Amino acid sequence: MTMADLWWWPYAMIVIAGWLATDVWRWLGVLVSGRLREDSELMIFIRSVATALVAGVISKLVLFPAGALESAPVLLRLAAAASGFAAFLMLGQRVIVGVLAAEVVLIGGWLLLGGS
Amino acid sequence: MRSAVSIPALILTAAFVGYAGLARESGLTLDQTLMMTGLVWALPSIVVLTGAISGGMGMISAALAVALASVRLMPMTMALMPLLRVEGKTKRWHLMVASHFVAVTAWVFAMRNVEDLPREGRLPFFLGFGASLTGFVFCMTGLAYVMVGSLPPMVAGGLFMLTPVYFLCSLWGASRISADKAAMLAGLILGPVFFLLAPELDLLLTGLVGGTVAYVGTRLARRGWR
Repeated sequence: MTMADLWWWPYAMIVIAGWLATDVWRWLGVLVSGRLREDSELMIFIRSVATALVAGVISKLVLFPAGALESAPVLLRLAAAASGFAAFLMLGQRVIVGVLAAEVVLIGGWLLLGGS
Repeated sequence: MRSAVSIPALILTAAFVGYAGLARESGLTLDQTLMMTGLVWALPSIVVLTGAISGGMGMISAALAVALASVRLMPMTMALMPLLRVEGKTKRWHLMVASHFVAVTAWVFAMRNVEDLPREGRLPFFLGFGASLTGFVFCMTGLAYVMVGSLPPMVAGGLFMLTPVYFLCSLWGASRISADKAAMLAGLILGPVFFLLAPELDLLLTGLVGGTVAYVGTRLARRGWR
């Protein structure tokens, strides 16, 4: 039996790898606010790493999704995400526009391809 | 309270509804899903943690990946706190409590709106706004988790699509300098590459390699070789 089979393991993961690993940055932000400049080179580097990591999550969610989205063809998923982002950029950078455009392409394409 | 019912709040709720489907498919229980929503309260970190738990990642690499995904909360908190504080009056632990509500949606909203309020009213406003938003999203996530099993695949698939597109747009919207945008592009390309090459450490590598390339590249463009 490995650790991952214990019933409390996911809860321990949520508290330590989830809650503490997230809130520690918020607390640090409170503690150093006013001391470390937000536009310092260190902050720019840290933000780059964080942004690249979250961007990696985005493309994984589109290319290797879990669950129901798997049954949509990968090209359709890519087209939906790309047209959502394009609509977001072209129509005044409003998130709602991007989200709606992506959903229209995804669901419309899925219907055209005869999905269920 | 009225601010909690706004377009960004609705999009965020929809993204969490989509996440509820992902959590369920990943084998998380309802109480685990809700616990993450309440305790972590930053969707990218929640999605990373979900992948870590369902993929059987160890505690240390999971904590590192989540910490890396959450690091942007620090500069965000740093930027917001001076707006909420009344010099010499606000207790630090009040700000620590309020900081839990810092996440992309609440932060963008607060940065845009608190400056219209008198200084004394800002922290109470942010606490009330954060708590109502979290509470509402919490309930909707639970409801969605229970309902998602009975949705037709196309609707469930549409919900899953919400999260990445929401991230894509809000990450771009939150980026201010070329380094952020270059990092986003690098991460989008490297994410799947490292997922195929090193599925255990893919997010850490994507962040570190993509972030470093983006930082160094844009720094050279800014300042030249020196």
